[in-house]
Amino acid sequence: MQVNGEFKPLIVAFCCNWCSYAGADLAGNNRLNYPAEVKIIRVPCSCRVNPTFILRAFQRGADGVILCGCHPGDCHYTSGNYYTRRRMAMLFSMLDYLGIERERTRVEWVSAAEGAKFAATMNDFVAQVTALGENKRLEDLRCKK
Amino acid sequence: MQRIGVFVCWCGSNIAGTVDVKAVAEALSHEPGVVFSTDYQYMCSQAGQDMIKASVAEHHLTGIVVCSCSPRMHEATFRKTATAAGLNPYMVEIANIREQCSWVHKDMPIGTEKAIILGKAAVAKVHLNAPLTPGESPVTKRALVIGGGIAGIQTALDIADAGFKVDIVEKKPTIGGKMAQLDKTFPTLDCAACILTPKMVDVAQHENVRIFSYSEVSEVKGFVGNFDVTIKKHARFVKEDLCTGCGACVDKCPMKKVPNEFNLGMDNRPAIYIPFAQAVPKVATIDPAHCNMLKNGKCGLCARVCTAGAIDYTQQDEYVQEKYGAIVVATGFNPISMDKFDEFAYNQSKDVITSLEFERLTNAAGPTAGKLLRPSDGAHPHTLVFVQCVGSRCTACAEKGKEYCSKICCMYTAKHAMLVRDKYPDVDVYVFYIDVRTPGKNFDEFYRRAVEEYGVKYIKGTVGKVVPENGVLKVQASDLLNNKQLHIDADMVVLAAAIEPDRSARPLATMLTASMDTNDFFTEAHPKLRPVESPTAGVFLSGACQGPKDIPETVSQAGAAASKVIGLLAKDKLMGNPCVASSNEAMCNGCSSCANVCPYGAITYEDKEFRMPDRTVALRRVAKVNPAVCQGCGCCTVACPSGAMDLNGFKNDQILAEVDAICK
Ligand SMILES: Cc1cc2nc3c(=O)[nH]c(=O)nc-3n(C[C@H](O)[C@H](O)[C@H](O)COP(=O)(O)OP(=O)(O)OC[C@H]3O[C@@H](n4cnc5c(N)ncnc54)[C@H](O)[C@@H]3O)c2cc1C
Ligand code: SF4
Ligand code: SF4
Ligand code: FES
Repeated sequence: MQVNGEFKPLIVAFCCNWCSYAGADLAGNNRLNYPAEVKIIRVPCSCRVNPTFILRAFQRGADGVILCGCHPGDCHYTSGNYYTRRRMAMLFSMLDYLGIERERTRVEWVSAAEGAKFAATMNDFVAQVTALGENKRLEDLRCKK
Repeated sequence: MQRIGVFVCWCGSNIAGTVDVKAVAEALSHEPGVVFSTDYQYMCSQAGQDMIKASVAEHHLTGIVVCSCSPRMHEATFRKTATAAGLNPYMVEIANIREQCSWVHKDMPIGTEKAIILGKAAVAKVHLNAPLTPGESPVTKRALVIGGGIAGIQTALDIADAGFKVDIVEKKPTIGGKMAQLDKTFPTLDCAACILTPKMVDVAQHENVRIFSYSEVSEVKGFVGNFDVTIKKHARFVKEDLCTGCGACVDKCPMKKVPNEFNLGMDNRPAIYIPFAQAVPKVATIDPAHCNMLKNGKCGLCARVCTAGAIDYTQQDEYVQEKYGAIVVATGFNPISMDKFDEFAYNQSKDVITSLEFERLTNAAGPTAGKLLRPSDGAHPHTLVFVQCVGSRCTACAEKGKEYCSKICCMYTAKHAMLVRDKYPDVDVYVFYIDVRTPGKNFDEFYRRAVEEYGVKYIKGTVGKVVPENGVLKVQASDLLNNKQLHIDADMVVLAAAIEPDRSARPLATMLTASMDTNDFFTEAHPKLRPVESPTAGVFLSGACQGPKDIPETVSQAGAAASKVIGLLAKDKLMGNPCVASSNEAMCNGCSSCANVCPYGAITYEDKEFRMPDRTVALRRVAKVNPAVCQGCGCCTVACPSGAMDLNGFKNDQILAEVDAICK
């Protein structure tokens, strides 16, 4: 999206309820800023994120998608994030093949205690996606206003 | 079509300071399905909730969106409000415009724009919400305590006193744990046996308690209120119900040279043994690795001397199945191995011992009958060096030791030093420490007594090397406060070894699906507010398995865990979480992909009859989720190749609707 001639990416962040969503809340509690381009969707566990959700986001014009879960070994459901890690490795390499650069996708482990890490991750990810510019590859033009 | 009401909260200036709440309410009022939209100072206040209730009635709302603080904060509150207004509680969605919007963005237009988008996503989701009702499951009114140390004993006693049945599973032949091995206990110096053994007897005689000693948990299935547990009773080759504990067999056994684990290998025991005089149950156990009869079929002396006829060389491991409503983990701790700490010459010299070995050495029932004798030659020692923090607080040497503070060592070292000086004023006692940490009640006074009244020489500094030479231990150390190198000739060196969770804790955690931290201590559901519950419903934590603890702390935690268990067992039924998976039978092809990824084994299969287009009836295998077992992670929904599996509350179309709403 262009705002006053400046590119502002649209970032969808899927956060698991137990760690990362709580980490995002903690970033808020500590008033740690990160760009408003980041919009969070709460899921019970990172393993709830179906690759189709990510594909859909890119089709509908997202410029980057980040998936946050508990640290390995800490998943509330013990093993969910291991599935996430494997599924996303597959998906991201496929997306790369389709022309969605790897820098537009990311999996990050953020614990409920890591408010600072959450904010830093989002700052970093937004900067990274901003540098790449708009996602045009997968965007479904019919969705354009 | 839903009739949706939107309620935008100011949270005083917390939200309204960076988000134009009126503009948000206005923008959302144009979303499809929204029939009412408003803002209010404090939506969670009684007045705010009353307003929501009134609006539901007035506008015949079927769904509610609250734009407010995090759902982790007030989702439960607004669900209750919805229920009170006659709606299903799951018809509520929260847009988190405080923690994830107004608090992290400074600029009003930016904050407002984002809040509107988050609100739109919530509206899009609530359109697809469906009423959900939690399932109910019965509660088995019996608790299982794993580990029979002071933690397990206290928890079991408290639960039993409240009138519920409890089983203790202890892997050793006797309950008692580490406390049974201690001599005197800080900070009051009362003898451990005098305060512990009556409790051991109480718990054994309690009508509500059963003790499975020399046993382990081998399988756990089920869920809160309904655990199915298999307990493996190791064969002890002695019939527990017949053995009177007289000890005739122990005296007669010819295989007398087995290292005695109760005295940490500092003396020997026979192949048939009772760990200590006050063991509970007081029953002999044959150690199959050393028994001549079991190894070679020769001997059989114990069977001949046993007048009770309790010896049974053919005994096999036995498996017991039992149902429990709650499980308490009380598996305690162990000192770490000193193998990696070569600098202290632990493996080279018998006179270098750990603090737990020192406890046995000063214990009247220990290998020296309580006399302080040098292990190598039985001589009276003149100089003792205690080294604290061996393997604790090892930030630079994490591969050898532990990064955390073991918490109990400062106090027991002060205790040991004081006891030595009290009994043997001629012995010089040095203590090397990094810091002395004594934050408990009467703890600092205790430590100061060691220094001021008993003349223990405390030196801030580290011991670099211990070299055994001509019958003495040459201790090379640094005195940090005086910036000096010290050389001390010691007769004995006592190492305050770091403590770590029992080795069996990790496999047990896997069985229980309970989580642990990187050090293998069990994690609590909340470090401050739910310190005795594990995140896995129905699993509770007691004692040092959760973190290093002394006895007073262990006992208070044990009581707290018991009260949580009692609270659970007092209920007749448990309400489940309705946000569980369910499969669409018409779409499912019975492929098992979902069951393979489910961490709780919640998915089973059944053959269902389907009417085919040609009017015949075919049997098809379809997945079925047990809603009482499913925890709602959603892993199966992604694994399902046919899109048959979905998760209530977080359905595919709900999440996609949120994605769509966010992306323009
Ligand atoms: C040298 C030393 C001196 C100490 N002195 C003092 C003192 O003076 N004052 C004081 O307050 N504290 C003292 N402590 C601390 C005290 O020992 C602990 O606080 C206490 O023992 C903790 O009790 P617990 O029941 O949690 O663990 P433990 O005593 O370790 O008991 C755990 C029990 O669980 C059993 N178990 C383990 N795994 C399993 C399994 N998988 N299945 C079945 N059973 C299992 C073990 O066999 C054991 O019986 C001292 C500790 C040490 C090392
Ligand atoms: S949602 Fe998770 S717990 Fe429930 S059936 Fe699916 S995989 Fe198992
Ligand atoms: S993964 Fe899907 S299709 Fe396969 S058994 Fe489970 S619900 Fe049925
Ligand atoms: S609950 Fe956070 S990744 Fe599974």
